[in-house]
Amino acid sequence: MAITHAIASGMGGMRTAGDLVARMQMTRGMKIKEAKEYVAKRLSVSILDLSDPVRMAEVRDDLNIGLVRSLPKRVKGMDGKFRIAEILGIDINCVKRFKERVGKNII
Amino acid sequence: MPDILTRMGDGSWTRMTESALKKDLEEGTKDAAERAGVPPLSEEELKHLFDIYRSPVKFVSVEPGNEIVLSFDAGTLKLQRLGINTGRIHNIQIMERALGADTMEMGHIDYSYKSVKPIVGDEQQEFEQALLVSTLPLFYGAMPNLAIYSQPDGPVANPAELLPKGKISEARASQEEAVELAVKDIVYVASAMYESGADGINFDTTGAAGDPDFLATLRATKILKERYPDLCIELGMAGEFVLGMHGALEYEGVRLAGLYPHEQVKLAQRAGVTIFGPTVNTNTSKSCAWNLARAVTFIKVCVEHSKIPIHANMGMGVGGAPVVDNPPTDAISRASKAMVEICRLDGL
Repeated sequence: MAITHAIASGMGGMRTAGDLVARMQMTRGMKIKEAKEYVAKRLSVSILDLSDPVRMAEVRDDLNIGLVRSLPKRVKGMDGKFRIAEILGIDINCVKRFKERVGKNII
Repeated sequence: MPDILTRMGDGSWTRMTESALKKDLEEGTKDAAERAGVPPLSEEELKHLFDIYRSPVKFVSVEPGNEIVLSFDAGTLKLQRLGINTGRIHNIQIMERALGADTMEMGHIDYSYKSVKPIVGDEQQEFEQALLVSTLPLFYGAMPNLAIYSQPDGPVANPAELLPKGKISEARASQEEAVELAVKDIVYVASAMYESGADGINFDTTGAAGDPDFLATLRATKILKERYPDLCIELGMAGEFVLGMHGALEYEGVRLAGLYPHEQVKLAQRAGVTIFGPTVNTNTSKSCAWNLARAVTFIKVCVEHSKIPIHANMGMGVGGAPVVDNPPTDAISRASKAMVEICRLDGL
């Protein structure tokens, strides 16, 4: 069922910009149109690009914010979220707490 | 001659004529409109639904650029239920890397805040590890589930045993006691998971035990948002209207029993909910077309009344989806497309 929805109407998660648009709904309470416009502007892409896995793979690799395919020398997991927080201009809860754990002066 | 291949609400195949399909769509929207006191779908919207069902193809979808965000209840449990021998962190990675999830949720197999409370430390430990290896936003979720606060599973007298004896005030008192206990458990667990780094907390199947269930969730939400203003709370409902198991409970002066989605969302907003998940139940003896027209009517008005993102519940047996364990893609994709395009949803 989840797969059917993902293909029929879902943004595509990390294959595209689905995780990023979701973060704007979650952190700023944005409706879908506003969230897409915000992310598109921050990434300098079009609204259509946001759900295109070909274009977004290039953009995500260029920005180094995490890829579906876990390639060497790219961010993975937590380190990707450090960069996503900065690029989207939002606080990510686990990133803030990670910084607190390792010491504010280190990062 | 019936020539449109479609399904009933129980998932079984059926064939309909064009006139029968139109009639079911009209009656579905009329049923919702009358129950909730909201406008029925317009001719144009019914025509759009008709075209979606009239299409002979197996799978339909939204147009590129119109996609929405997916959130999940019982996220990590979906693969566990299939008997696939993976852990919850594996499941998050599979959903993130292989199955196109925009967000994911970790939940305990005994999916209730009350059950999680004694083992929350173990949940925090695994959740913190999951956060290290995942990129997508990660919720922690469970049900408010007030039913398990009554005897023999819980501490309070069982209202289902008191009511048949005519002990109405005693039944209500036990439900009010359960609300107080549930609020404490929900706030305790949600606070712990937020302090472990959760991007959001999901209250799934809210209202399953009726108006006390909904009240406990609204009260817990308010406390949590005062404590953690940045916390994202997603509140998903159990049914299309709030069951009046108590009947007289109110939240900020509004009686909860009998509220429909467009009224529920206003209280959710007031309590501080970030994302609201309305639910419309499926009638198994009616066609999927009847059910979807009905569901779209409820949800469309809910979206129009909401200032916060709406992620409609579209799982097995709700939101126009048939009540079956293995939902067919033809029925689900039609429900998915219609919900997004007609209701202007923010997510599912």
